[in-house]
Amino acid sequence: MIIDIHFIGLIITSIMASAVPLILASCGELITERSGVLNLGVEGMMIIGAISGFAFMTVTGSLFIAVIGAMLAGVLISTIFAFLTQTLITNHVATGLALTIFGIGISAMIGKNFVGIPGKEFPVLFESLKDTIPFLSPILFGHSIVFYFAFALPFFTNYFLKKTKIGLIVRAVGDSPESASNQGINVKLVRYSCILYGGAMCGLAGAYLSMIYTPQWIENMTGGRGWIALALVVFSTWNPIKILIGAMIFGGLTIIQFHMQAMGVRVPVQFLTALPYIVTIIVLVVISRDSRKIRLSTPSSLGKSFYKDN
Amino acid sequence: MHKIFIRSFVSSLVFLFTLTVAAVAKDVKAAFVYIGPTGDHGWTYQHDVGRKAVEAAGYKTTYVEGVPESADAERVLRQLANSGHDVIFTTSFGYMNPTNKVAKEFPNVKFEHATGYKREHPNVSTYAARFYEGRAILGTIAGTMTKSNVIGYVASFPIPEVIRGINSFTLAAQKVNPNIKTKIVWAFTWYDPGKESEAAKALIDQGADIIAQHTDSTAIVQIAEKAGVYAFGQASDMDKFAPKAVLTSVENNWGPYYVERVKAVANGTWSQKDTWHGIGDGMVVISDLDSAMPSDLKAKVKKLQADLASGKVHAFTGPIYDQKGDLMVAAGKTADDGMLAGMMTYVKGVEGDIPK
Amino acid sequence: MKLIKIVKRDQPSRTIFFLTPVLAIFLTLFSGGLIFYILGFKPFEALKFFFIVPIADMYGFSELLLKATPLCLIAIGLSFCFKSNNWNIGAEGQLTFGAIVSGGVALLFYDQEGFYILPIVILAGAIGGMLYASIPAILKTYFNTNEILVSLMLVYVSKLILDYLVVGPWSNPEGFNFPETRQFSDSARLPILFEGLRIHAGIFLALAAVVASWFVFYKTYLGFQMKVSGFSLKTAKYAGYKGKKMIILVFLISGACAGLAGVGEITGPIGQLHREVSPDYGFTAIIVAFLGRLHPIGIIFASLIVAITYLGAETAQIFMQIPKYTGQVFQGMILFFLLASDYLLFFKFKFTGLKK
Repeated sequence: MIIDIHFIGLIITSIMASAVPLILASCGELITERSGVLNLGVEGMMIIGAISGFAFMTVTGSLFIAVIGAMLAGVLISTIFAFLTQTLITNHVATGLALTIFGIGISAMIGKNFVGIPGKEFPVLFESLKDTIPFLSPILFGHSIVFYFAFALPFFTNYFLKKTKIGLIVRAVGDSPESASNQGINVKLVRYSCILYGGAMCGLAGAYLSMIYTPQWIENMTGGRGWIALALVVFSTWNPIKILIGAMIFGGLTIIQFHMQAMGVRVPVQFLTALPYIVTIIVLVVISRDSRKIRLSTPSSLGKSFYKDN
Repeated sequence: MHKIFIRSFVSSLVFLFTLTVAAVAKDVKAAFVYIGPTGDHGWTYQHDVGRKAVEAAGYKTTYVEGVPESADAERVLRQLANSGHDVIFTTSFGYMNPTNKVAKEFPNVKFEHATGYKREHPNVSTYAARFYEGRAILGTIAGTMTKSNVIGYVASFPIPEVIRGINSFTLAAQKVNPNIKTKIVWAFTWYDPGKESEAAKALIDQGADIIAQHTDSTAIVQIAEKAGVYAFGQASDMDKFAPKAVLTSVENNWGPYYVERVKAVANGTWSQKDTWHGIGDGMVVISDLDSAMPSDLKAKVKKLQADLASGKVHAFTGPIYDQKGDLMVAAGKTADDGMLAGMMTYVKGVEGDIPK
Repeated sequence: MKLIKIVKRDQPSRTIFFLTPVLAIFLTLFSGGLIFYILGFKPFEALKFFFIVPIADMYGFSELLLKATPLCLIAIGLSFCFKSNNWNIGAEGQLTFGAIVSGGVALLFYDQEGFYILPIVILAGAIGGMLYASIPAILKTYFNTNEILVSLMLVYVSKLILDYLVVGPWSNPEGFNFPETRQFSDSARLPILFEGLRIHAGIFLALAAVVASWFVFYKTYLGFQMKVSGFSLKTAKYAGYKGKKMIILVFLISGACAGLAGVGEITGPIGQLHREVSPDYGFTAIIVAFLGRLHPIGIIFASLIVAITYLGAETAQIFMQIPKYTGQVFQGMILFFLLASDYLLFFKFKFTGLKK
């Protein structure tokens, strides 16, 4: 059993890698929810991104096209959701669920011919610096651009929401679509954009899984991560920085569990896997108890349809 | 005149009869029920390779993939039995109860259940392969090639088949290198590339420089390739997924058995059997040995392969001690099939406990 | 100057109310055929294998009812929740927990016979489902917590609990550590209604639920209260109803229904506990509930239609190698089209004509 600082650095790196799809999907969904839309279809959008990215990569051989393609696929599928909930004013919950079920199904159908094909090597940055500093270098160097993007995203998102004009508009729409509309803001347009952005991020998250993390395609490969991403958004009280921390915790629980096993420690596997879900429920309860606090954190119009007579 | 007429009449009858028999025989349809996708390049893929051998032998086949080991399996089996299939191969342990249940209602259809132990009706046979013989070879290679003396093993479920594999592997490795330690991580899945990669990564981070697996995807060998360590392919030749990492693979060669059984159905000579074949019968095949292996190791492997095939060497030859230090198999004796089938204890040298 | 103006209706149109599910189904069939065509399958043949072949014989029809039973039961329970604006997304978890509790009870009696065993097992399942549903209910009423996320998270927790029990403490001691429990005694199994078919007495539970819910919603004051309390807690309070009690009640009803569906699966076709006991019936039932417009009769039809997508996907796979996930594609599409065509309920197209 080697417990030295470098080893801990390796573990942290693994945890960070497993947190990437959660961060991406959660930050995307965060923006969507901040505009007042609850999109339960995260799992569906992620898995469509996964197969799209993998398919593009196999067919065109270009990783760049694959990544963009995955994000576009996420945008495309979320457009259906946006059209239904914003233009046709359908029930958010049902539409999101339909999106997830449909997404899993269609991705498996498309993906049938891609099972068992090995993924392509995805380029990593700063590879030469990988073994220079103990502990720090595996964490900082040798990762794909998606990885670095994912860890920068919460900060960008935070800045966007707090300091930019568009971010403020998004928040205004989420907190009170009626008054935003009265002030001349096109609520539908804002929400459409946020939904599509969420779709792009979820698509990217899925692509990361199938192109970098595993890298393979297998049906249903997102394995429930979409639901965890949804939970993360609430867990973090709609705060992007907290998403970063939460994602590390959630991702970390799986990694730590394997390490403990490898060290010969008896672990209750299912209990550890269930822990993120249980913890989320506890956090939900805690933040909801104070109704004033929840009013501050939740976008008030979350989940409610907005209709305006033109 | 009469004689010639009768002779030609009889011979044409015989000719027609043979044609009909041949035609009817060739009309035998075989069905295959898979637990995973044929593209897994592991367990199911190899069964499908076997199926293709049956087709090449001139018989019609049907296959259904991704059939869950649940209530739905029964319906699928029934539909296959009901649609003119003469023999059905169910390729996962979890199909055991549905197979026997449906077999009862279709006594004229033959059922072949892989890795099971129930044969409740005369039309049910079981078959499995002595994978542990292959593991003995892998263990020999691992013990020689490892530099860190830490070998990683990604296991699926704590069932006898898996424990047997771990033990056989460890025993063989210890024979060439008494200092090795086998570290095991239980993934609790047969096929989940994401989890399997994470398990492999954890083992590598903990110092393993060779990874063996009893899970079905190619993710582990791919992780090994990226990390620059060695690995072994499982169920099929995984060399093309990780050319540098894969030293060799243990391949499940079901084709000959499948063809033999389908032929028996066609000839009417099929009868209930319990088959447990190993290297000797060709059911377990070792793939090409990687060039990274030194030539004396290669020679040793080839000899071991031949000895296992002929029965000269048995993978579980005493003295074998369990983790606690108690004697499992006496010196000079070999473990019998009964002990092998129910093996649920680790041998000495394996780290950790078997999860309950 | 627009040619067509979209105008909000004063009242939802009744004709459209009954027409849209039909429209949705038709659109789904059309799109399904299109998808088959794009993927290279013959559309009409695929649709035939999907929707007609599975129910062409008696066995197939009984399988349809077998699949529709849990869907119908859960959807009825959900209709209580959804009508009163409680979004219970965790029916799958309540089903699983109901299966766990009743399975545990059944295992206690695994080697005993007696007519009293089955009712106890069924009751245990209902109680299990109710207990599990009470968690999101209490958290919503007393802690203001969003029931969508809580019930959803609990689905995964319940599946992991089941997994732990079946792999570990509850696994069959004589089963070589394979991840399944003992088989239940015959007294703990739901009686089969017809020889050779799998349809069992659970269907009576579903029908009873349908009748009960119709009665409650359309004939009782309680039902009226439920519908009104859905508009908002304030409205409900203003009119003097006990909002909180209502929420807990509907969740308990829904949990009981889901739990009973769970019992139906394990005491019906499965006969023991496996690591998985339901192919996501709890989620699909949400689609059934919407498709059936939360109306008992509608739900019956909807459950039959959705059940056929399960069976059809399997049949299409066996006979045409169409991937079995097509079933979910159809399920998703039906819901999309239904939700989309509901637009016509509230809005109509008005031709303003060419005159100025």
